[in-house]
Amino acid sequence: MDKQMTAAEVVSQLEDGMTIGIGGWGPRRKPMALVREILRSDLKDLTLVSYGGADVGMLCAAGKVKKLVFAFVSLDFIPLEAHFRKARQSGSIEVMEIDEGMMLLGLRAAAWGLPFIPTEIGLGTDIVTKNPDIKLIDSPYDDKEWVAMPALNLDASLIHVDHADARGVCQISGPDHYMDDMFARAAKKTYVSCDELVDSSYFNSPEQARLVFWERAATAGVVHIPGGAHPSSCSPLYGFDVPHFKEYSAAAKDEAGFGGYADKYLGASEADYQTAVGGLDAIRQIPLPTY
Amino acid sequence: MSNEYTLAELCICASAEAFRDDGEVLATGIGVIPRLAASLAMQSFNPDLMMTDSEAWILSAPNPIGPRGDDFVPATESWMGFSRIFDNVWSGRRHAMLGPTQVDRWGQSNTSALGGTYDAPKTMMLGARGFPGNSISHQNSFFVPGHSARVFIEGECDFVSSIGYNPERLPKGRSLDDVDIRLIITDLCVMDFGGANHQVRLRSLHPGIALEQVLENTGFPIEVPDSVPTTAAPTAEQLAIIAALDPHNQRAMQIKDNPAGDRS
Repeated sequence: MDKQMTAAEVVSQLEDGMTIGIGGWGPRRKPMALVREILRSDLKDLTLVSYGGADVGMLCAAGKVKKLVFAFVSLDFIPLEAHFRKARQSGSIEVMEIDEGMMLLGLRAAAWGLPFIPTEIGLGTDIVTKNPDIKLIDSPYDDKEWVAMPALNLDASLIHVDHADARGVCQISGPDHYMDDMFARAAKKTYVSCDELVDSSYFNSPEQARLVFWERAATAGVVHIPGGAHPSSCSPLYGFDVPHFKEYSAAAKDEAGFGGYADKYLGASEADYQTAVGGLDAIRQIPLPTY
Repeated sequence: MSNEYTLAELCICASAEAFRDDGEVLATGIGVIPRLAASLAMQSFNPDLMMTDSEAWILSAPNPIGPRGDDFVPATESWMGFSRIFDNVWSGRRHAMLGPTQVDRWGQSNTSALGGTYDAPKTMMLGARGFPGNSISHQNSFFVPGHSARVFIEGECDFVSSIGYNPERLPKGRSLDDVDIRLIITDLCVMDFGGANHQVRLRSLHPGIALEQVLENTGFPIEVPDSVPTTAAPTAEQLAIIAALDPHNQRAMQIKDNPAGDRS
């Protein structure tokens, strides 16, 4: 089955009001080209679930977000995400603020078809007081109360990987696949952008196949977009774009705001965007970060 | 004893003490001083500690901070991506040292929202991050580079990211003794929760710091023992280990004006 499609075709399958999971972590391996395609669309009222970075900041700034499920939004080297902060401080988005691990449990519950997973995370904190939808339950096996972390059922997930084939076998050869396998499993439809599209025989070597973290049946669509994670990183191919993130962050304080950034870079297509940021070769030369 | 050391180096050594008796746990220090503290502990008195490269691998020896040159080979020991970090966190075999924006008298901390309302906070920060899970799963310590009543607030945190010793928030079926907050290391002193009913208690004052300075800059009462020792100065051996772990001297940029460690 050939699952290749364009970014515009992915976005055409998304609907207003959907709950969308976004893979990656902070400034790392975010499906930014797919996010940009949403920015170019009239899609709105989205609920996002994300280990957030500029994906969340941009979609908030563009008014696409009704509700955000998050544990943090950060660019790491710029700890506070300026556009997300602006959205929160203006009260323009609803939030479900949870712990990083709770998000993993919510995705797992969705992936496994469970209504919730019990956990002690959140007890004694404002996670349970600020989220009336998160219930406490008694255990049938002890006398303690537990948090029933609800399933984070996703209508769609967007993920960026380094290699994929047309059938949706996806490889993450950077050091961490984060929770992307759970994002893929928690969603009705998972759309994956890849830096390199490979022939299926690429995976015949166990070394390559070992870096595949979910089965192709969990992948609904594959979009070949070299450099598609920019300005986030896609290890081992390229790091995150520090000057670009700085300019993007500074835009939150400009009069033109995110609109000024979008006017300068977004363009009508990913080709326009890549031209505006200096081209694919420049993206691929961004060094990997040192932690 | 060395007479020449910075406040940052004093704080690194004082913070390293938090990990001394931990045994074989994952030591996570977020930020330059906590990371160097955990690394120093692993390189000296607690070699059983585990540590990551802050990305996705467990190391047998801590990486120096900053650019390490093309020929540097990290002592990789096992894979430790974020999903596996949670497996470790929930096992309880971890000690995290972090720097929240607010800490209250119960040891609850805030990393998320300040002022305004929850729906529209005056200042939005990171979010709860992993604090809720860390605080209920394993021991934690705090590093506060600027000891003030704005950090150690009089009332309760604007947003409670981590569970503390607050009886009013105690979950059903649990005891306050289940909470395990170890040390608070600041630019003025070292404190713990060893006072009556888990009250914050002064453990040591940094060289040249008066008790009044700590009391004036803490928004809640703390227990002060009859005799308060002075925080131990770094040894020459500790300073050498720190220098090797931080070859670009990032520690000099962590506390305003990089003051000397002895302020008497």
